[in-house]
Amino acid sequence: MKDQAQPNWPLVRTVGVDGMLVSFGDRLSEPANRAALAFRAALDRAGWDGVEETSTSLVSSFLRFDALHMEHGQMRARIEDLLAQRDWYAAPLPEGRKLWHIPTVYGGELAPQLEEAATAAGLTPDEAIKSISGTQVRVQTIGFAPGQPYLGELPKAWDIPRQQALTGKIPEGALCVAIRQMVLFSVSSPTGWRHIGQTAFKLFRPDSEAPFVLRPGDEVRFEPTTPEELANMRAAGPDGGATFEVLS
Amino acid sequence: MTRALIVRRAGPGMSLQDRGRPGYLAFGLSRGGAADMLALDEGAALLGQSPELPALEMAGMGGEFEATEPTRIALTGAPMRARIDNESVTWNASHMLPAGSRLSIGAASAGNYGYLHVGGGFAEPERLGARSAHLAAGIGAVIADGAELAVGPDGGSQTGNLIDAAKRFDGGTLRVVPSLQTDFFGQSELNRFEDTRFERDIRGNRMGVKLNPEGEGFHTEAGLSVLSEIIVPGDIQITGDGAPFVLMSECQTTGGYPRIGTVLPSDLPIMAQARPGAALRFRFVSLDEAVALERKSAETRKGLRRAVRPLIRDPRDIPDLLSYQLISGVVAGTEDEGELA
Repeated sequence: MKDQAQPNWPLVRTVGVDGMLVSFGDRLSEPANRAALAFRAALDRAGWDGVEETSTSLVSSFLRFDALHMEHGQMRARIEDLLAQRDWYAAPLPEGRKLWHIPTVYGGELAPQLEEAATAAGLTPDEAIKSISGTQVRVQTIGFAPGQPYLGELPKAWDIPRQQALTGKIPEGALCVAIRQMVLFSVSSPTGWRHIGQTAFKLFRPDSEAPFVLRPGDEVRFEPTTPEELANMRAAGPDGGATFEVLS
Repeated sequence: MTRALIVRRAGPGMSLQDRGRPGYLAFGLSRGGAADMLALDEGAALLGQSPELPALEMAGMGGEFEATEPTRIALTGAPMRARIDNESVTWNASHMLPAGSRLSIGAASAGNYGYLHVGGGFAEPERLGARSAHLAAGIGAVIADGAELAVGPDGGSQTGNLIDAAKRFDGGTLRVVPSLQTDFFGQSELNRFEDTRFERDIRGNRMGVKLNPEGEGFHTEAGLSVLSEIIVPGDIQITGDGAPFVLMSECQTTGGYPRIGTVLPSDLPIMAQARPGAALRFRFVSLDEAVALERKSAETRKGLRRAVRPLIRDPRDIPDLLSYQLISGVVAGTEDEGELA
């Protein structure tokens, strides 16, 4: 195995047998997130033979390639060449970003872990709601499940770990928190994140012309509403009362 | 009526599966596809057709089927008891299902996932570029009683062939390649991981399978605050309780629990087919070895069609022996070779 010395970022590592990961840090930062998005866009533009798929995570760009017909060393060399071409941390955010306003019920039966999460963050439930709903968060990546955003960054108080045990099932549209980030769940799923809010926003619409609604770089405000209003907005359509404006 | 296979009765976890839908990782959608990809290759070899065609995946239990027209079928994956009307039919083999006859498939006698393939493949509409159901993502759904599945035009005609299925229904050793977070675990934890015998937990599905270690669970200092990172099928995630969870075809695309390594794609069928209680071990191989092993596995899968041989039935089981053309089915399957190109 590799030595444990402090790596120099960006760091190129392998994923499984046929994946390469370019990481721009080991913790989330705005520049590393932008670098990951911009480097993936550059990989797509480069259009190298043998590349089968690209993606991003919070601070990394990923590519999967035909490892049976192309050597890892050759792919790594190409990646390192591309990395050297510019300062990726200085790259701009993607264009055409949107600001979404998504109605959210905080706490209560619909979001039973608000109090527990607030306690972990050293806040009262009211302070917790004010803190979360008052923060304009950015879609840092889409992942885990179809169309599902990781959002951040929350104030320092929210640097709370995931739960030791998984929650068996949380519903679609659940807003969950851990490590200064939030996830808005696109499907019902087990999770280690705490369920603090509930929305009626459909993130994945497989039969629609645009099956995936949010994009990395979009920003979101989770605005408080009541369970009754949420039920009405849910009945009105897949946006669940959400609206957006284009960010210049 | 269009050519179809009617599902008179569906077992609980039956879904249409192919090789999945690559290209949506950036949108959070994993590739999905058959839990046991090798079974798709075996079925394709038996029917002399493309391994890209979808088949019916049957989780633990089959069902009852009827074809609207004479239809070639092949049965692969977890062996299940199967009959056409009152006659037993062999697993890992191809057969002719006459129109209106009843194909009955029972419970798996070993393994988890059995596959029913039809000549021409199932021709249900594509969604996001593939025909497979992605149950975790809500694309498609499990097959319900009464479903009528469209069957594509069949260019082949051979039936009565047998294939020797690779052994994979009783656990075994899974080869693992170090991955991006393997270094989070100390060398002594990695050694212990290789020395430990695991039992497949009762919890497991198309998303992932939990394994219970004999002895203590596994831990890393990196703990529960690792940044969520890209996941690929085969990744072995160590959750909070220290038990490994092997991610399967419908896995999530990112995750924050540290991963100790990645099971080689060619060994994933062993994981998919291991039943609760089955014994499993892990063995690390280098990336170079892994690539060589995957290359070899790809060659073996490509050559499966040459491994198909005629099914020799016991003459006593054939009710009207003289009505059979005993020579048919002996010719090597070259008639559809073009489809593989």
